Amino acid sequence: MKHSENKKNWPLWEVFVRSKRGLGHKHVGSLRASDAQMAVENARDVYTRRQEGISIWVVESKNIIASDPGQIDSLFDPASDKPYRHPTFYDVPNEVKNI
Amino acid sequence: MKNMEKDKEDIFNLIIEKDDKIEPKDWMPEKYRHTMIRQISQHAHSEVVGMLPEGNWITRAPSLRRKAALLAKIQDEAGHGLYLYSAAETLGADREELIEELHTGKAKYSSIFNYPTLSWADIGAIGWLVDGAAIMNQVMLCRTSYGPYSRAMVRICKEESFHQRQGFDILLTLCRGTIEQKEMAQDALNRWWYPSLMMFGPKDKDSVHSAYSVQMKIKRLSNDELRQRFVDTTVPQAEYLGIKIPDKNLKFNEKTGHYDFSEPDWNEFYSVINGNGPCNRDRIKVRNQAYENGKWVRDAATAYAEKQILKKIKNETL
Ligand SMILES: [Fe+2]
Ligand SMILES: [Fe+2]
Ligand SMILES: [Fe+2]
Repeated sequence: MKHSENKKNWPLWEVFVRSKRGLGHKHVGSLRASDAQMAVENARDVYTRRQEGISIWVVESKNIIASDPGQIDSLFDPASDKPYRHPTFYDVPNEVKNI
Repeated sequence: MKNMEKDKEDIFNLIIEKDDKIEPKDWMPEKYRHTMIRQISQHAHSEVVGMLPEGNWITRAPSLRRKAALLAKIQDEAGHGLYLYSAAETLGADREELIEELHTGKAKYSSIFNYPTLSWADIGAIGWLVDGAAIMNQVMLCRTSYGPYSRAMVRICKEESFHQRQGFDILLTLCRGTIEQKEMAQDALNRWWYPSLMMFGPKDKDSVHSAYSVQMKIKRLSNDELRQRFVDTTVPQAEYLGIKIPDKNLKFNEKTGHYDFSEPDWNEFYSVINGNGPCNRDRIKVRNQAYENGKWVRDAATAYAEKQILKKIKNETL
């Protein structure tokens, strides 16, 4: 029997793990699972076997909207010609403290 | 149109040149995509099939501690398989199709897993030599040019080092034991040494994909370079164990600063790769059985998920 003939891939889920309190969830990888609950359980088994986390998010991959890598310039370039957004743009006289 | 293709290829080459990573949505040449899918899926298959020779000894591990460690190691290998199939999927590969290629014997996996595990010492030798060789390869692959593959490798390398240590620990215990136990360790080394050397692939001059892989920074070191590294690090470890590497030509070369060593039997390598090793047929058979036997579980989980969705829709429309 060919697997892919009667194939029904389980949905793909992206897994995010918070390693400890005070930190954000970080993308760690993906997995396939039949539903959200199984995705959380499998993520626990696969991505947190060595105390890598205390909280897991799973999101079905198809629900993630990504920016287009071809638009890197138009999306992210404008920031580079605005150096005045950075504190180092401003010269503060040596005599002035705590600023 | 032609020009746009050319622009994209220039951007791609620039990323590779700058040692940046290629990410899933980036444009990439078809050859790069195919090479990547082939390499990552073969790697994934190797992790999965690699569980079989060791699984053979779980129930016969000599103590509860050894059994727990071996189970944990094998569970890691299952995880490695998963990370890698996921990485292959980011390139547009279909997981079911990849698994089907493995189960029909179309896909290749590391030749080493087609050798049998005849004694408990083999479990030690696998951890020490086979995981040791895999680590050498995988440390290099942490710097591979494809982002998801490189990230999977970083995770895998973090998990691997205990694999090698638990193997070495098994052999160290045997080597400090009775004469018979030390003989078991020696016998395991005799059988696993050359197959471990084969793990790095054919000699550079005979390797079909090597040049492209190095050019695209998929691989950072050649097969022969990795093999030499492996020999150089492993010889002193064998000396510490007090067992002998089965190679009359093994000798430290003062001039090169490396060990000279004998090549494995490359005819044997090609024969095993082409399906004629001692355990090829059995490995594929066991994988197929596992897949068939797990079918009802997969079907049940799918049916359950569908039912939950229907229930939710019903509740919402009430
Ligand atoms: Fe592994
Ligand atoms: Fe591996
Ligand atoms: Fe391993």
